[in-house]
Amino acid sequence: MAEYQNLFTSVQPVGPLHDGVALPRGDDKRLGTPFLVHLLGRIGNAQIGPIYLGTLGVASLLFGTLAFNIIGFNMLASVDWSPIELIRQLFWLALEPPPPAFGLSIPPLAQGGWWLIVGFMLTVSILLWWTRTYRRARQLGLGTHVAWAYAAAIWLFLVCGFFRPIMMGSWSEAVPFGVFPHLDWVSALSLRYGNLFYNPFHALSIVFLYGSVLLFAMHGATILAVSRYGGEREIEQIVDRGTASERAALFWRWTMGFNATMESIHRWAWWFAVLCPLVGGVGILLTGTVVDNWYLWSVKHHVVPTYPLVSPTVLDPAILGAKP
Amino acid sequence: MKTSLRLLLATLVPAAAALLSGCERPPIETVQTGYRGTAMEQIYNPRTLLKQASLNQAPVAPEAASADGPKAKDIYKNVQVLGDLSVAQFSRHMASITQWVAPDAGCAYCHNVANFAEDAKYTKVVARRMIQMTQRVNQDWKPHVAETGVTCYTCHRGNNIPANVWFAPKDRKYANNSVMGDLAGQNLASKSVGLTSLPFDPFTPYLKDALPIRVNGTQAMVLRGDAVNRSSTKQAEHTYGLMVHMSESLGVNCTYCHNTRNFASWEESRPQRVTAWYGIRMARDLNNDYMTPLTDTFPAHRLGPKGDVAKVNCTTCHQGAYKPLYGAAMAKDFPELQALAKP
Repeated sequence: MAEYQNLFTSVQPVGPLHDGVALPRGDDKRLGTPFLVHLLGRIGNAQIGPIYLGTLGVASLLFGTLAFNIIGFNMLASVDWSPIELIRQLFWLALEPPPPAFGLSIPPLAQGGWWLIVGFMLTVSILLWWTRTYRRARQLGLGTHVAWAYAAAIWLFLVCGFFRPIMMGSWSEAVPFGVFPHLDWVSALSLRYGNLFYNPFHALSIVFLYGSVLLFAMHGATILAVSRYGGEREIEQIVDRGTASERAALFWRWTMGFNATMESIHRWAWWFAVLCPLVGGVGILLTGTVVDNWYLWSVKHHVVPTYPLVSPTVLDPAILGAKP
Repeated sequence: MKTSLRLLLATLVPAAAALLSGCERPPIETVQTGYRGTAMEQIYNPRTLLKQASLNQAPVAPEAASADGPKAKDIYKNVQVLGDLSVAQFSRHMASITQWVAPDAGCAYCHNVANFAEDAKYTKVVARRMIQMTQRVNQDWKPHVAETGVTCYTCHRGNNIPANVWFAPKDRKYANNSVMGDLAGQNLASKSVGLTSLPFDPFTPYLKDALPIRVNGTQAMVLRGDAVNRSSTKQAEHTYGLMVHMSESLGVNCTYCHNTRNFASWEESRPQRVTAWYGIRMARDLNNDYMTPLTDTFPAHRLGPKGDVAKVNCTTCHQGAYKPLYGAAMAKDFPELQALAKP
């Protein structure tokens, strides 16, 4: 008999294709006839489809596609409509928010107007998709944990692109839509506001980010390790407690004195993941609205170590009356 | 099982090799420049450095000429800046400048060889002004060039036009009649800012105009009224662009000047930052007092896409070295370049 004893999926269970449970009245029909893809079966379920799209899904995709295309066409226009340059410089190109002079007013299309439109459409698309995850979960009779986790990510997205720019009184403070440009924006934000590494909410966010990684590794490894006893088949564990789950718990109790339970480990993971963007968003929201220089804020609160200066005294030439 | 593992390895190994091919191979040398724990260190690839060193050699100076004998201004006509040299010294200087700037074209690059005194060629008018510029740098910008000083060779390196100069960048082809594709002065893979997507012309605002470079506030909290720090994140991107340019020009990283935990602090900076501060002002001075007034002297094909003259930035002299020519004290052999000639 094939067993789960390694890091890769070595068996591919294939059953009869099915649509899944019946949906409540009022829901749309699921789209597509299900089919099997062997390669996908190696990393998950081999059955593809059917898909539930519904009104919310269609509307979300519509707004999302529009936003995506407006960004793309602006990028294409920025390289004088050269498709080759679009591909070559794709990671560098962006749709930039308006310059600071426009504040919160509506700028001309050519100077950030498209950015505002795209920002609106993307937000609508994302919120519609959130509603869809909430509705689908409810209609299936599930809890809404996925929707609320997704909401934590939306919070950070809206802080960076909407809430903070409004509090700062300038759309120009928002994030450009582009691969490297949005990363450069992150660096520039940190440089402008005195080093985000000294922002305690940034620190907390990193704790939850790295914490999530650690928890994911511990949980994934534990379950894989007990899969030889059927540990990944949760129903059996509940019905017939014993080998797998007990060993997983014992392993951690023996190695670090404490163990999460089969249920609590998922709460740990959920909260760590959700708190990462949640506290990160708080940190960004305070940046420039309440705190202007995080390094000096940390000095003020006595959390910055001092180091001996190894260079001779260096003074600002501008205050020494040097020629400008 | 074995096949899938082999398949995985067959995919992963070439993928990893392809990814790593963009990296520099070890060993890399690290030089600590600040107190331990501050991560202030310079990182050098000795192989790149070896190549760089050979590209940044100062030429051997010709033997000093005698100061005796009649002065150049008394023998030759139309000698405006080096007239107080002896004829021998003057000839030595002309021979050197030919080697530095026009080794292939020779005297004829600037002079009408039938009448050396004539100012008909624009190159001669420019060269005269450039000699004055060199004198100005050595005399008035000692806080930047110190006693090492500069010569024509510091920038020219045997080229008619220094290999690294800058112009105002040209606009997009359809910039005027398109409502789409605003670049906002950034978001292209630009050599001027080290192939980042930062604003690609950090020179016009800082090395020609004197817009504020500093964006950090001096207070922890956001203040009200006049005391508020109005610098924007976009402004920080421009400053960042200038700093990347300086870093690329000198072949160093941020910690060569700054303690990066607090970029703004002078107290925690290295003295090199003061030298750099003067360098920015020097480049600005040279661009505004020497280069820009020469705009009409140059023929159109020597001007930039927007009709502006070639201008200097940090790379013009430094060319990847923390000190141009790795600090070779070349200027001392040319005392005529040490101070502004009296008119």
